[in-house]
Amino acid sequence: MSTEIDTARAAALLDEAPLASASLFRFATAGSVDDGKSTLVGRLLHDSKAILADQLDAVARTSADRGFGGPGAAGVQAIDLALLTDGLRAEREQGITIDVAYRYFATDRRSFILADCPGHVQYTKNTVTGASTADAVVVLIDARKGVLEQTRRHLSVLQLLRVAHVIVAVNKIDLVDFSESVFREIEADVQKVGRELGLGSDGIADLLVVPVSALDGDNVVERSERTPWYTGPALLEVLETLPAADELESHLESFRFPVQLVIRPQGALAPDAIAGGLDVEKYRDYRAYAGQITEGSVKVGDKVSVLTPGQDPRTTTVTGIDFAGAELEEAVAPQSVALRLADEFDVARGDTIAAAGTVREASADLYAALCWLSPKPLREGAKVLVKHGTRTVQALVRSVSGKLDLATFKLEGASNLELNDIGHAQLRLAAPLPLENYLHHRRTGGFLVIDPLDGNTLAAGLVNDHPGDHEDERYSI
Amino acid sequence: MSTFLTEEPTQVTDAAVSTRLSSLDTLESEAIHIIREVVAEFEKPALLFSGGKDSVVMLHLATKAFWPGKVPFPVLHVDTGHNFPEVIDFRDRTVERLGLKLVVGSVQEFIDSGELAERADGTRNPLQTVPLLDAIQRNKFDAVFGGGRRDEDKARAKERILSLRDEFGQWDPRNQRPELWNLYNGRHTVGQHVRAFPISNWTELDVWRYIERENIELPGLYYAHDREVFARDGMWRAVGEVSQPLPHEKVITKTVRYRTVGDMSCTGAVESAAATVRDVVIEVAASTITERGATRADDRISEAAMEDRKKDGYF
Repeated sequence: MSTEIDTARAAALLDEAPLASASLFRFATAGSVDDGKSTLVGRLLHDSKAILADQLDAVARTSADRGFGGPGAAGVQAIDLALLTDGLRAEREQGITIDVAYRYFATDRRSFILADCPGHVQYTKNTVTGASTADAVVVLIDARKGVLEQTRRHLSVLQLLRVAHVIVAVNKIDLVDFSESVFREIEADVQKVGRELGLGSDGIADLLVVPVSALDGDNVVERSERTPWYTGPALLEVLETLPAADELESHLESFRFPVQLVIRPQGALAPDAIAGGLDVEKYRDYRAYAGQITEGSVKVGDKVSVLTPGQDPRTTTVTGIDFAGAELEEAVAPQSVALRLADEFDVARGDTIAAAGTVREASADLYAALCWLSPKPLREGAKVLVKHGTRTVQALVRSVSGKLDLATFKLEGASNLELNDIGHAQLRLAAPLPLENYLHHRRTGGFLVIDPLDGNTLAAGLVNDHPGDHEDERYSI
Repeated sequence: MSTFLTEEPTQVTDAAVSTRLSSLDTLESEAIHIIREVVAEFEKPALLFSGGKDSVVMLHLATKAFWPGKVPFPVLHVDTGHNFPEVIDFRDRTVERLGLKLVVGSVQEFIDSGELAERADGTRNPLQTVPLLDAIQRNKFDAVFGGGRRDEDKARAKERILSLRDEFGQWDPRNQRPELWNLYNGRHTVGQHVRAFPISNWTELDVWRYIERENIELPGLYYAHDREVFARDGMWRAVGEVSQPLPHEKVITKTVRYRTVGDMSCTGAVESAAATVRDVVIEVAASTITERGATRADDRISEAAMEDRKKDGYF
């Protein structure tokens, strides 16, 4: 009836930890059936106090109804933490998770967005979706089972999607009596798979292994005394301290800015801005290009190239960076801003503004890895749509040149791709696009394949270099 | 081509670049990107605007997205007829200030024409779906912005940022499009429309911190004030035209505020002394009750209440 609050704690929290400057960190979880992923997520939310009293009450009631906990269980032990993350009725009825669910919690240091990806059905689809925006992915392993084929598949997908940080949580460590030797053996297996994939060894991503008990909370939020042989940080500490992907991407030299729309109000200036003292004369002929910086940074005075499909790149200078009335000197990824340019040439949605001299030639031949996400299979000769940045073009699937065996990382022959397959394909685009290798550019190297008939998303595409070609040799301008 | 993408990555330079964006700046940029995508890719978007804090924040983001131009779409209010008068006043002033077109879908009109029946409990929130879909179809809106957030509810936690609705406005949770990177697929066929939720990733605390930072005006009932109330279903209900106490329900004056504003007949107040936005931020940060659980009777009906309403075309 009244809001129960601890205002002293909240005020202290707001003052001590400058919430206003805390950064955002996105991570995803991936795991096999029954390895305790929902329990781990529930534990993270519960122990970081993201679960509010009424949610906990509801879960406790349901847990009791279902006889969870059993004789002697008390407190948190008596709660089925997995219920905290069950969303849809069908999921509760069937005791499974159907779809990626997003959770939110914050500590003094960071705000977190957690993409909780179900493990069993359509795991590739869900892992690809969750990992595409993640700064880190937590992969669960059952300590009693060790590295399974499913683990190899997960790690393989994460390597492919170039997730910056991969954390393997070896769960249920309590069920192997907190055995160091069991953990070390699994850790060695994980590192071996990582090396085979190139994870954590070549700077693409780091690979960390943490022993946890999601059920009891060991090494989840606090370091556990029951694993004295483990001297590393608890899982949450890891998540609080890893650099986020956009932090890394904003430092790249290659500024990229897909133009979303042209802001050209002409007569239609905002009445509230005019009331607030906007210089109407100054903005009568205002023209700026709105978009979100996908990587790198831009300063006023920077030389940039405007890339328009079918035209040679045009070079100009940034004369202004506007954001809702503020004139900025500099902006970084992932800021949404509006750019003013020195030359008045025709720039439209679908064009890309990029740091001059860093862009390779646009191409109508697209070589890519496709993560197939639809029950409708891909066949050679299919006509599809490709959505890249802010442009959508028609495309013809010329050939499928194989699919990846995720367990062995080998490419095997294939002429079509089915749901959850990952394979290579070559597409011919109706208009050339400024395609970039996904390995170097997580945003401008990714695209969607869309079904022109019903508009559904068929695949996540990752741009590869042309065969026998190297990106550096194809730079133009 | 026996291995995938195993070249050396691009080197990160030490170039002096400003420090990382705060979480609020990141969320703001994400929301503005989504609003601009929808405006660029759809023929006729509209923004659901109730005068509630989430829709007020949405409108504020829209003004920032298109500055110095006008917000290029109308606002749509589904009027239950059970409104707090100060919220309607706020709505009208806001629309006037920004020079927007207001489209109203009226629950009362549908009840008067016999197309909707008043519920036994008098609550009108569940009745909003029919006028909402009618307004969408009549105005041929192909995208409707909402202020829904994933932290509000278990079903919302699984909804996409662009959520496709069929001819009946239905949401099919088992058949959602995967959302990858920041590429949003809004393709739809005739009769379908898309609900867009640019602040999906915001929490209630983010919304309040943003309101504080941006100095955004809200209807006064979000802040502590004295009001005549009575207790029902474990909540404080305001005494008003459509919300009358039963003989055994005692009316008292309390210092309260609202955490959500909606149908006056089912929205409860919480006891609170938080009279300023700063007080509210502290209160929300310390709160141990989620906003819907505390103040919305209609979400308590069953564990799957929100899921059921969403499938039927609710917000």
